[in-house]
Amino acid sequence: MYRGREGMWSWIFHRMSGIGVLLFLFIHIVDTALIGWGPEVYNAVTRIYHEWTIFRFLQFLLIAAVLYHSFNGVRILMIDFWPKGYQYQRQMFYGAMALTLLALLPTGYFLLGPVFGLQVR
Amino acid sequence: MLIQCKVRRFNPTVDKKPYFSTYQVEAEPTDRVLDMLNTIKWELDGTLTYRRSCAHGVCGSDAMRINGRNRLACKVLVRDIGNKMTIEPMMGFTVLRDLVVDMEPFFEKYKAVKPYLINDNPAPVTERLQSPEELEAYDDTTKCILCAACTTACPPFWSNPDFVGPAALVNAHRFIFDSRDKAGAERADVISSREGVWRCRTVFNCTDACPRGIQVTNAMEEVKRKLLYDRA
Ligand code: HEM
Ligand code: SF4
Ligand code: FES
Repeated sequence: MYRGREGMWSWIFHRMSGIGVLLFLFIHIVDTALIGWGPEVYNAVTRIYHEWTIFRFLQFLLIAAVLYHSFNGVRILMIDFWPKGYQYQRQMFYGAMALTLLALLPTGYFLLGPVFGLQVR
Repeated sequence: MLIQCKVRRFNPTVDKKPYFSTYQVEAEPTDRVLDMLNTIKWELDGTLTYRRSCAHGVCGSDAMRINGRNRLACKVLVRDIGNKMTIEPMMGFTVLRDLVVDMEPFFEKYKAVKPYLINDNPAPVTERLQSPEELEAYDDTTKCILCAACTTACPPFWSNPDFVGPAALVNAHRFIFDSRDKAGAERADVISSREGVWRCRTVFNCTDACPRGIQVTNAMEEVKRKLLYDRA
């Protein structure tokens, strides 16, 4: 085991989120393809995204992964192309984390609110 | 202070797998970890094996994992680590014995980047002048002592031992940005190959590990940008 710091965590999360989102892409190709069997089949399957509690949590995780991956992706681009970027990589990691959490607030409200009995329009 | 020191041990001729030995060692807070290892070897257990030579942070012999991070044992004070210590060999190389790893593959990669000045033009009557401004471009990467702390802290290197690794790239940087050097294209063959600088994922473990304070990740980023902009 190696005790890396912010840079190592940012990379581990970036890879996990990248692979996670890619995995969902495969699932998503299958679920959209179901429309080929007609709207009944498609609806019967895709409604579990909303109706099963566990799927709401999984969607929340998916959005968290996409958000983190994009914000940290911008951090990596800054390190790659801005000559001074490397000096701020740690701050930019915390920035990416903060933006991710901030953007997850409304996601949490709409996606997980109903799970916890909130009246969400 | 009394230190509880766990050391990862392995002697391939007798041991099936690595194990930990724990020693209780008395040390001054201002002792270096190397002094503590010496106390263990000289007074408690002569079989403990590690490399050291200069004991002053210049030869690069005693890089090892101290509480999970690569450090030179001769450059960290015991008080900065605390009274519980775990010492392990660097990751990614074959362990020859205890804390001694096989550095041959490391030096092969170092040689592969041609870490010397190449310029076949006839030598001028005076020197090949470098201005302070020109030196600035690669001053940081002249400081490397080839301890391998950076390369063995690098996740892409752990998963792919063929990656040339940060240390070789630091030493390539040293000459790539030297205006007297003329071997940019030769070196680019190695550096921009499959196993070259593009394997770097900007994890920054190398920069944190470097005992010379070299901005290792930034050196690799500068090499990447140069390869990219030269092509454009
Ligand atoms: C906003 C859009 C995106 C941005 C800005 C972005 C940015 C990046 C960047 C800069 C890297 C390079 C990482 C590095 O050098 O260490 C990367 C890697 C990666 N991305 Fe994305 N990406 C985006 C969308 C996606 C999507 C939609 C997927 C999946 C379908 C994905 C999957 C991956 C994977 C698997 C890696 C490899 C991770 C690694 O090598 O550690 N990315 N991304
Ligand atoms: S760059 Fe630093 S960590 Fe890497 S080999 Fe050189 S001195 Fe050691
Ligand atoms: S013994 Fe020479 S660098 Fe530590």
